[in-house]
Amino acid sequence: MLLLAFDTATPAVTAAVHDGARVLAERTTVDARRHGELLIPSVDAVLDEAGAGRADLTGIVVGTGPGPYTGLRVGLVTAAALGDALGIPVHGLCSLDGLAHAALRAGLAAEEFLVATDARRKEVYWARYTARPDGTGLAPALRTEGPSVDRPGQLPEELAVLPCVGAGAGLYRDGALNGWGTGALGGDDRMPVHQSAAALAELGAEVLAAGGAGFVEARPMYLRRPDAQVPAGYKAVLPS
Amino acid sequence: MADEPLVLGIETSCDETGVGIVRGHTLLADAVASSVDEHARFGGVVPEVASRAHLEAMVPTVRRALDEAGVKASDLDGISVTAGPGLAGALLVGVSAAKAYAYALGKPLYGVNHLASHICVDQLEHGPLPEPTMALLVSGGHSSLLLSPDITSDVRPLGATIDDAAGEAFDKVARVLGLGFPGGPAIDRQAREGDPEAILFPRGLTGPRDPAFDFSFSGLKTAVARWVEARRRDGEPVPVADVAASFQEAVADVLTRKAVKACKEQGAGHLMIGGGVAANSRLRAMAERRCEDAGIVLRVPRPKLCTDNGAMVAALGAEMVARGRTPSALDLPADSSLPVTEVSVPDASLDGHGHGHTHGHTHGHTHDHVHELSRQNLYGQQDGK
Repeated sequence: MLLLAFDTATPAVTAAVHDGARVLAERTTVDARRHGELLIPSVDAVLDEAGAGRADLTGIVVGTGPGPYTGLRVGLVTAAALGDALGIPVHGLCSLDGLAHAALRAGLAAEEFLVATDARRKEVYWARYTARPDGTGLAPALRTEGPSVDRPGQLPEELAVLPCVGAGAGLYRDGALNGWGTGALGGDDRMPVHQSAAALAELGAEVLAAGGAGFVEARPMYLRRPDAQVPAGYKAVLPS
Repeated sequence: MADEPLVLGIETSCDETGVGIVRGHTLLADAVASSVDEHARFGGVVPEVASRAHLEAMVPTVRRALDEAGVKASDLDGISVTAGPGLAGALLVGVSAAKAYAYALGKPLYGVNHLASHICVDQLEHGPLPEPTMALLVSGGHSSLLLSPDITSDVRPLGATIDDAAGEAFDKVARVLGLGFPGGPAIDRQAREGDPEAILFPRGLTGPRDPAFDFSFSGLKTAVARWVEARRRDGEPVPVADVAASFQEAVADVLTRKAVKACKEQGAGHLMIGGGVAANSRLRAMAERRCEDAGIVLRVPRPKLCTDNGAMVAALGAEMVARGRTPSALDLPADSSLPVTEVSVPDASLDGHGHGHTHGHTHGHTHDHVHELSRQNLYGQQDGK
């Protein structure tokens, strides 16, 4: 088994190769404006480092967002085209689950926590996770709310003050009287800020080993409609 | 024949997801998925709607093209893709897909210019392009007169619109007349019942001191709106067919007049017309007559090859392969304002015999600077007299 994982839903352009037992290579570049340029060269680099060829791949794991749309589409169309050309399956995972998985593996002990990323326009993409007492369960199964997109100030206080992982944790605090940001784990440098394809690959391999429950269709989680106004009517040229 | 390059081309610069496959100058497949219906209620193309539709349509359209052509992806000699100009987010979907296919299949990638592709597509219809080729490109996003001595490496702008593109004027006039979006086909249909000489609308930039090969359609659009609104204000019926015919006449008149003049001035014996507006019946008819009168051979592809499609990108890709042009690198960017003079975006690390394209490809350039190197630089001695 050889899985290629990548994600373009956060400012990180990140790719990794996993052989079913461990991560063989990872490359992550944080550059929110160059997903399109950097992704395939990163894929090439991790395959190279893993000593593998394209034809050795048995599957692709891709983050389906939510994330800023233009970058997000780069990952998804790349996954679809690679999967088609190589004749291998493409598995989708909610990108926030990747961050949650990374946080749990890094030792996050909270019973309840949030993952939040930057949705721009003063909003965050977020999801809520509830750990089990026995420590079992993978991130997709532990997600108890979300993914959603909201202004932090509009989240209920009980949510806003939970420990929070990801680059969205401390953002957009202005005017928020609900405690948003107090749970941010940004000071703990074991905690992930952006997506890591190594974590996503590991999660993908575990989901696959557990039978595949937790994968989602490899289609974008936009969570918002396109911004477009139907024009009100014809605007006259002549003064009325 | 079989050793001519087999290339798959991807086009996503606006609202059509196009995938074409050609072998040399032979069209094998032309699959297009359009999101135009999703844009109609907004009265124009909404970039985010277009980008979303490209993502959904991408792989199915590639599959459809491969089936239609009856070839295997592994048989391809290269993948070409529109690298620009166009809508940034829309371009990026096609560029990313093309890279993934090229990488997975181990084939060279050619990032090419949308405008050069519109010219090159005529090779599929009328055989090898004459060199040089004079081309009039008219669409919703562009109105340009281009002279190309070599379609894979050298495209020179003689003039372009200084405001609205011709197709944009069609859309706006259609809105004034309540004919819906897209405006081109609706106006063409109405105009068949109308009198093209009923109203004399202005011909922009045709004065003796105006730039010879630039266009302007913004004033024309406003003139039509003023005329129509004045009728409505006076409570008189608007003769939609006559307005459509007279407007269309003004556009076709300026476009063909300048194109023929450019051919004469540059000594070009052929005129190629491409882009969505080249599907307009009046423009085709008028160009035929005026070219015939001037002894110029007119080449206009069938309408389906004039509007945006993948076959045109494949046609240029195949020509790039045939002429041994440098492919693009896998970090090829989508460039929404790629200048028309950059026919392709070669891998700078491989492009030893650069054609001046190997400058650091930075963003922030505008279309303006293309005018500076235009004008009589091909046949310096002949022009003017």
